[in-house]
Amino acid sequence: MAATTFPVALATPRRSLSRTFALYAKEAKYELINKTRIPIYAISTVVFPLMFYVLFGIVLGHDNPANRGETATYVLATMGCFGVMAVALFGFGVSLAMERGQGWMQMKRASPMPISAYFLAKLFAAVVFSTVIMLLLLTVGILFGGVHLSAATAAKLVGILVAGSIPFSAMGLAIGYFAKPNSAPAVVNLVYLPMSFCSGLWIPLFLLPHGLQVLATFLPPFHLAQLALNTVGLAPNPTPSWGHVEALITFTLVCLGVAAWGYRRDEGKTYG
Amino acid sequence: MSTAISRQQVQSRDLSGAPIAEMPHRAPVSIARTRNLKKSYGNVVALDNLNLDIRPGELLALLGPNGAGKTTLVRTLLGVARPDSGSVSVFGVDPYHGQIQGRLGAMLQVGRVPETLKVREHIDLFSSYYPNPLLLKETFEIAGLTEIKDRPYGELSGGQKQRVLFGIAICGNPDLLFLDEPTVGLDVEARRLMWSQIRSLIARGKTVLLTTHYLNEADALADRILVLNQGAIIAEGTPAEIKARAMGKQIRCTSRLTLEEVRQIQGVLSVKADRNAFELQVNAAEPVVRELLQRDSWLADLEVTNAGLEEAFLALTQNHNAESKEN
Repeated sequence: MAATTFPVALATPRRSLSRTFALYAKEAKYELINKTRIPIYAISTVVFPLMFYVLFGIVLGHDNPANRGETATYVLATMGCFGVMAVALFGFGVSLAMERGQGWMQMKRASPMPISAYFLAKLFAAVVFSTVIMLLLLTVGILFGGVHLSAATAAKLVGILVAGSIPFSAMGLAIGYFAKPNSAPAVVNLVYLPMSFCSGLWIPLFLLPHGLQVLATFLPPFHLAQLALNTVGLAPNPTPSWGHVEALITFTLVCLGVAAWGYRRDEGKTYG
Repeated sequence: MSTAISRQQVQSRDLSGAPIAEMPHRAPVSIARTRNLKKSYGNVVALDNLNLDIRPGELLALLGPNGAGKTTLVRTLLGVARPDSGSVSVFGVDPYHGQIQGRLGAMLQVGRVPETLKVREHIDLFSSYYPNPLLLKETFEIAGLTEIKDRPYGELSGGQKQRVLFGIAICGNPDLLFLDEPTVGLDVEARRLMWSQIRSLIARGKTVLLTTHYLNEADALADRILVLNQGAIIAEGTPAEIKARAMGKQIRCTSRLTLEEVRQIQGVLSVKADRNAFELQVNAAEPVVRELLQRDSWLADLEVTNAGLEEAFLALTQNHNAESKEN
């Protein structure tokens, strides 16, 4: 584009490094504050996994005192996976679909905010929520379910499941770029609930029909759950962890590709 | 504040229409421009070969009915939308590919703003995006948010919400502001308040592009008005020029003529009569007045005024549509 002479200073002032850091920190802080103040999000992501854990892991496990702790530990891994998924899928998918569809994203994009700050803030909120959920489940498991884990194992379990919010954040991103604001919660639930069931998060896979067991190997929650079960030594058919990590990385990349396509598609569109 | 002072000087000269003396080329100055800008959404042409210049320190109103392409133009200038063809330059930079948003502020039409965040938090966050933002206190004062800064966005009234969006637009202390329909849906009082806030921006040496479909708003605020219809600029000028160009006059008088006789005079577009008091809409006043005086020597209380802006604007867009249909 041809240069033109302007009477006002041409140089666009740059943000200092400390201001850039403050920007990322504030974006993350307010994203987290915003999420904690939305009751439906806080309840559905924190209370549901906790409730299911108490039901499936502790109340049902009571019937069989011999391996009570084992059941509670097994369900801690699978329900932890279930909880982490909700945080990421709703936190990214639904909120992105709404902020896109209702014009808020446009205000952000018209500002000098780096788009990476927006996504990192959402990821940060997902990580914080996931950690809180895992610590809650772990506490309940130890206090009421007879869960016995070494500190190192417990930390590894929490770490793996919290890191597991990354692939599902990518999936949420992909959904958020294609779902309409009003239908996004339904779309997320339609993906999330059947996928959780078929991955053996509610009922252990070995109790499900063979067809579902085969199907599960194609589902990302299955791989995350296997990683978690390997950590606590409860995987029914232990498989090498790297295979599951590979599957999750592939899944993440595919979702990011879809999201990138949606991001580009968005640019040529009018907003509601 | 040296930049603010120099901007003020630029503004005062430029508004007089004279080229700036220090400029090496005696060309009209613009801080944002588009050339042959085209943008379509599917079969709908949003912008049709649009050429626009925004001059420093001016308040330029983009006036047009819904769907005229105003928002698309704003989005293109902000670098949020990419034009199909043609060029856009804002402060000498292509806003879509370059990093110019730090000097721009935008108040867009937003369906829903995160409601749980407080006013103070929204402003704090957006301020952090900019290299040299205003102090929060300043933003609160200019946008009239001081009283409501600790309230969640979701609990605010319509006018208060618009003020928050206005605060978001100004908090980065931008040089050029885009206000897209800033008073849509506001009551009279809230609209007046927003107007005075917009005027205060100009007093601070900012440049503002305002879109509106309210004629009185463009008339009340703008230095210059562009009338946009179907993605093209169909008229440009000062508010007075737009009024004069668009349209017609209104003649009032008392007369002994009958309604039918008045109606038959050539050049009369419409007549309203209340007993012997008449109100005529005409294109040009002189021939009609001459004819009236000739036919009725008793004619009295003669008064010729410009038609209201509303009618002017309707005439403007309707004439244009009619012409383009004929062509």
